[in-house]
Amino acid sequence: MSSEGIGARVLRKEDKRFITGAGRYTDDMALPRMGYAAFVRSPHAHAKVKSIDASAALEMPGVDAVLDGHQLVGDGIGNIICGWMIHSKDGTPMKMGAWRALESEVVRHVGQAVAVVVADTQQQARDAAEAVMVDYEELPAVVDSLDALADGAPQIHPEAEGNLIFDWEIGDEAATNDAFAKAKHITRLEIDNNRLVPNPMEPRSALASYDKAEEHYTLYTTSQNPHVARLVLSAFYNVAPEHKLRVVAPDVGGGFGSKIYIYPEEIVCLWASKRVGRPVKWTSDRTEAFLTDAHGRDHHSTAELALDADDKIIGFRVSTAANLGAYMSLFSSSVPTYLYATLLSGQYNIPAIYANVKAVYTNTTPVDAYRGAGRPEATYLVERIIETAARERGLSPAEFRRKNFVCEFPHQTPVIMCYDAGDYEASLELAMKAIDYDGFPARRAQSEAEGKLRGIGMSCYIEACGIAPSKAVGSLGAGVGLWESAEVRVNPVGTVEVLTGSHSHGQGHETTFAQLIADRFGLPTANVSIVHGDTDKVQFGMGTYGSRSGAVGMSAIVKALDKVEAKAKRIAAHLMEAAEGDIVIEDGEVKVAGTDKKLSFTEVALAAYTGHNLPEGMEPGLKEGAFYDPTNFTFPAGTHICEVEVDPETGQVTVVNFVAADDFGQIINPMIVEGQVHGGLTQGIGQALLENAVYDDEGQLLSASYMDYTMPRADDVPSYIVDTTTTLCPGNPLGMKGCGEAGAIGAPPAVINAVTDAIGDNSMSMPASPAKVWSALQKGGMKQAAE
Amino acid sequence: MTTVSMTVNGKTVSGEVEDRTLLVQFLRENLELTGTHVGCDTSQCGVCVIHMDGKAIKSCTTLAVQASGSTLTTIEGLAPGDELHPVQKAFREHHGLQCGFCTPGMVMAAVDMIDRLGPNLDEATIRHELEGNICRCTGYHNIVKAIKAAADEMAALPQAAE
Repeated sequence: MSSEGIGARVLRKEDKRFITGAGRYTDDMALPRMGYAAFVRSPHAHAKVKSIDASAALEMPGVDAVLDGHQLVGDGIGNIICGWMIHSKDGTPMKMGAWRALESEVVRHVGQAVAVVVADTQQQARDAAEAVMVDYEELPAVVDSLDALADGAPQIHPEAEGNLIFDWEIGDEAATNDAFAKAKHITRLEIDNNRLVPNPMEPRSALASYDKAEEHYTLYTTSQNPHVARLVLSAFYNVAPEHKLRVVAPDVGGGFGSKIYIYPEEIVCLWASKRVGRPVKWTSDRTEAFLTDAHGRDHHSTAELALDADDKIIGFRVSTAANLGAYMSLFSSSVPTYLYATLLSGQYNIPAIYANVKAVYTNTTPVDAYRGAGRPEATYLVERIIETAARERGLSPAEFRRKNFVCEFPHQTPVIMCYDAGDYEASLELAMKAIDYDGFPARRAQSEAEGKLRGIGMSCYIEACGIAPSKAVGSLGAGVGLWESAEVRVNPVGTVEVLTGSHSHGQGHETTFAQLIADRFGLPTANVSIVHGDTDKVQFGMGTYGSRSGAVGMSAIVKALDKVEAKAKRIAAHLMEAAEGDIVIEDGEVKVAGTDKKLSFTEVALAAYTGHNLPEGMEPGLKEGAFYDPTNFTFPAGTHICEVEVDPETGQVTVVNFVAADDFGQIINPMIVEGQVHGGLTQGIGQALLENAVYDDEGQLLSASYMDYTMPRADDVPSYIVDTTTTLCPGNPLGMKGCGEAGAIGAPPAVINAVTDAIGDNSMSMPASPAKVWSALQKGGMKQAAE
Repeated sequence: MTTVSMTVNGKTVSGEVEDRTLLVQFLRENLELTGTHVGCDTSQCGVCVIHMDGKAIKSCTTLAVQASGSTLTTIEGLAPGDELHPVQKAFREHHGLQCGFCTPGMVMAAVDMIDRLGPNLDEATIRHELEGNICRCTGYHNIVKAIKAAADEMAALPQAAE
């Protein structure tokens, strides 16, 4: 067995370049004769563009060109698309408003680009962008989804009457209403899921060049899925045919969903590079990132839970308004529908569920998938209402959950998903033990003695990863398949290159993917290179998001490895005159079992390439490819428990203990998995206590810098206790489920359940800022005084 | 345009810059030292931290002309040749990085923290001292562990001649 195989804590192969400053991110690239782009952006949330006057800007030093939407449309560049069709409950297709990479008629959110300047230096481009005179006629704006649905709200797109994009439903409404009619107890909650800004530390960047002689474009860009970018840029935006467009996503500094999409700036840089005849680079500053990176969440919901006399859940009814912003981003329609409402059963046996989701246009930045994408929203709803019901019924949170857990698998929920495997009791028990749940009353008493309030809260989440069977997502409206590809190339000297359609932007694929080869052949990971992120090198792939690179991407590698192994064994059997079935490959050697006959892996590889002595009819070479299409979603699940201390003088909430007990199925590298959980938890705690994207009524984003948007810092969070339980996923060859999003999904309700437990007020919303917590305590105090 | 001259990673360098040129731009564009990054425009995130005359500074809020005559160390010059500084080593050993974008600034800030406060750092101090450095990937857990481990290791090293 290799010491670097499946389950080993192998240190990361990619780290050396990052710790020495040798990483290569898009903005680190420079091309000869490169110019810089700066965008002219709308200062208004909603306005008619009456005219654009570039004459002063064109006179400024270094300026090559000022281009606007008329030229863009004139050159045949297509509108930006949403790739997932949703139908309303009346059967009508979603109402999509036109989105142009440069808008020439009506701007619909602050920061929308209306023109681009290309100049010799970034400073010159930015100076000139300031000098472009745009005459706007302001229109009334609306920023909240419920306001946008109200009568008389400003109309944002002519295509979507009343700003309603779709009115979608899932589940059996009649059966659910029936359950409520029979209920002995009904718990009701109004729940908001606050708008977040993903904020990968590397701002988006694009460097585009055009080769006139070859009529060929190259785009270096900050993308989680360069192949999808190439497909969409080619097929929908008409930039160039696919074979004339190379997209490279080099080192990418985090994504969290926000780098899935193909944004106006990338389209414009490509188009402009041909127009101005030089490579064009654009790098976002942080305020541009706040204004233009797709945001996350932003739901208003009402939820009702029906219980019978034994406190068993018999029905769950949800109504949600989802704010999609000013335009429909690439996967925006799937997030509040199939990635959200299909998880409303949580870990629980709920016989009847009905959800209605209205997706709404507003004059805000487009909203799309952000770490968890729909599943955090579902989990927050489920785990807040479960906790509330337990409190109303006087049951302990664990007891009420246990009573309603799904215990038998497979389990078909009323909302599409079929849970394949899990042990929810096991992770609950592990988490309670790890946080010393029984010792909480003593710790609370200790806090009280010190004038502090202490609370504990749990969240038993489930999510769906490994998206997903192509046929299934196709039937639900997806415009693409969600398989993954891999190619395993054994070189003549026995080293290995693995080409994958997954993309690593922090997940450590160069290490974990290499561990699969170490595990299979006993080769050191140092002998393996992982190739990704370049459409010239890897034929096609769907990229990395939705915790799919393990369950889907690695499954494709396993399939390719199966083929390589089979061929290597046939060659070895032939060379050693043994039966194929007797050949084993381990420790970098190919052996005949039960004998001392063996060849090195290198000797077999070399034989494959010399072709001097191969089995009759066999092609030379040792290189195999595979496509893997998932058989089902995977279902990571677990229990998170948060313990907080509240200072009643200031309302400050401190997370004092946090335990995550997760079931991710098979784990390839526990060190990397723990790191994913730590990061996810911090984003989840950030949502619950700190982060909030706030618009004023005119549509100005008030929280558009790190001075105004509270990113979690090191002293906002504790060190975590992270542990796992394991049930293997039966749906893929390695039994993997996915771990990238669990923290961001499980943490928010655990935190808010703890805060509400501490302060004795269940109405707290996210983020539970000191001001809100302090006000709630004052209100409670006044109520007590009045009683 | 103004001529600036400084010592960067042991080498004397000079260049012509606009007065408004930020030090980080000079490092990245003129000197092609792209290990120092830019992550915000409000001096909050710390991905641009370098050392100027032995102290950690944010190179995104320092003008290149202010640095003229100074001695700078960037992530590329933290350790000689192929060697790694104990803090770099600890970040790798404790998985203190994921996407790597904040890492150079984190490492430079951590080296400065250990220099200033000595090797006996507790978790609360490390977390407090990291106030000017944002990481979106790691949740800080392993960064804190890495800095603690590096500080401990540096404490155990025989003291170099002052």
